[in-house]
Amino acid sequence: MSLASTSPARGKSGLMLSRLRRSLGNALDKLSHEPVGMLGFLVLSLLVIVAIFAPLIAPYSPSTQNLEQALLPPSWAHWAGTDEFGRDILSRLIYGTRITIQTVLAVSLIVGPIGMLIGIVAGFAGGRTDAILMRFTDIVLSFPSLILALAFAAAIGAGLQTAIIAISLTGWPPIARLARAETLIVRNTDYVAAARLYGASPLRLLFLYIAPMCIPSVVVRLTLNMAGIILTAAALGFLGLGAQPPAPEWGAMISSGRRFMLDNWWVAVMPGIAILLTSLAFNLVGDTLRDILDPRHARS
Amino acid sequence: MKDFSLLDLGKRFGQLLVSLFLLLVVTFVIGRVLPTDPVGAIVGELADPATFAAMRARLGLDLPVYQQFFVYLSSLLQGDLGKAILTGNPVIEDLAAAFPATLELATLAIMLSTLIGVPLGMTAAFFRDSWFDQFARVISLVGHSIPVFWFGIFGLVVFYATLAWVGGPGRVDIYLEGLIEPRTGLLLVDSLLAGDYEVFWNAVSHIILPACILAYSAMAYITRMTRSFTLEQLNQDYVIAARAKGASNWRIVTGHLLPNIAVQLVTVLAISYGGLLEGAVVTEVVFSWPGIGQYMTNALLIGDMNAVVAGTLIIGLIFMMLNFFSDLAYLMLDPRTREVTA
Repeated sequence: MSLASTSPARGKSGLMLSRLRRSLGNALDKLSHEPVGMLGFLVLSLLVIVAIFAPLIAPYSPSTQNLEQALLPPSWAHWAGTDEFGRDILSRLIYGTRITIQTVLAVSLIVGPIGMLIGIVAGFAGGRTDAILMRFTDIVLSFPSLILALAFAAAIGAGLQTAIIAISLTGWPPIARLARAETLIVRNTDYVAAARLYGASPLRLLFLYIAPMCIPSVVVRLTLNMAGIILTAAALGFLGLGAQPPAPEWGAMISSGRRFMLDNWWVAVMPGIAILLTSLAFNLVGDTLRDILDPRHARS
Repeated sequence: MKDFSLLDLGKRFGQLLVSLFLLLVVTFVIGRVLPTDPVGAIVGELADPATFAAMRARLGLDLPVYQQFFVYLSSLLQGDLGKAILTGNPVIEDLAAAFPATLELATLAIMLSTLIGVPLGMTAAFFRDSWFDQFARVISLVGHSIPVFWFGIFGLVVFYATLAWVGGPGRVDIYLEGLIEPRTGLLLVDSLLAGDYEVFWNAVSHIILPACILAYSAMAYITRMTRSFTLEQLNQDYVIAARAKGASNWRIVTGHLLPNIAVQLVTVLAISYGGLLEGAVVTEVVFSWPGIGQYMTNALLIGDMNAVVAGTLIIGLIFMMLNFFSDLAYLMLDPRTREVTA
């Protein structure tokens, strides 16, 4: 609190950060007692490390073509085999983690704040604001997200950015609903009433007292969403609407490997395994976090 | 008291109308505003300026945006969705031809996923934290995580190309195609009506794999939700009372639990059904299934926005109707909401 007197700006963010850190820290601490969730968490950490150090880890270049080496089955030299252009599939998968992580993070960073803002404002303001915002949220929730993403990508042209925006368009409503529900609970607690008595402004209440309490469950929800984001992004890539070749996007790799499926199964199978494992890891972590944080889902 | 629930109904209907209007706005923006050069896409980049301007006027692109929207609305209301570039037919005819295939696939998938998912979720809840519960959890987590198009390709290679247990891509083998006169458009129904069992069994062998694969992801969701609904009910006094009376597990499930979770389940099934229609898009591409999904994807690749927008509209419309009807079911079927409104 002493920080608050020296620099209000730093104090605010410091206060918010420490509250945030404490609640996230709690969650992580509990997570360490759940072996399955921990496994998922380890896989995700590994994935991030692989994405960051891709050039150091990948044994070959992801894009250099070598037609003499085309369609080689998995071996010691090429653990996941090579594709139709003789590119090492494992190296492409390793570089592909970058695209996947980038997509997931970008969508979460767009969807999280937007959803939270709408949700906590609706929950905090109540009345007509709440009604309008939530009706709008419900309506967007009733849109078919994959189809809209397809149509959107078709309209403005395929690409990674397009895919990210297209997925984000319909991704925020669950977050907004959740943030609203949390806000409704927090709004009436004693400490918020106390802060209000002290004369805290509505904005201060919203961002320093209410928002930090919503963040853990929003993060859980985002983690659960990430699995879905990966699948949608891969589906867009598969249909040729995501990152464009020669980018090693996993969905697009499956799409091009499909032609060789009968004789060269590894070209399409390997990227599928990568998608499955990543999405599964996100689901495991999200599921476990939800069990820990939500008393209704608590396990004995 | 009846007035009150009528009011709810009216509100819900109003919301449906607003949703539909927003869907129209969104599809209008996607189809007419976002594409950078719709005229160039039709006349070609090398066309002379006069042709260009003429096409612009013909498409109504020289009008202000709000007028364009009204033109779009009025042509929609007359059932005119424009012509498809690929087939040259009015889009609405193409969609009407493609829709039954998607409907058939998604409907079979929802039946499969309900028949397996609901008992699986209930059993998992009854034997909570047992190995069966863990097994159900793994099954459902994998179902949530597996890319359906990849699973489809995988299934084709294993069950069609290698084991030859099922028919391959398409709705029937080529030599049987077009033998059945479409009445409902649902091949399984039509072939039965015509009494042609060869076509029927052939169609079954073709639909079973895509339907199972599509059903799996929906089943994952249904299992999970059924489990959590059942868990909530199992702790209620009425279940304990029924147990104390000596009711068997079977009796508890059919007589007490199912009626109580039925309404929640209807909502889940409605959502899953919508999800299946969406999932059908990628599945259809993998299985060369001649439904809306494949039609839309083909249109996407050549930038045929009329067809894309029409497909989006149709699926969006079904999505919203499903939501609407599941809400209605909630209001009508659940005696608890009736009491609340009384």
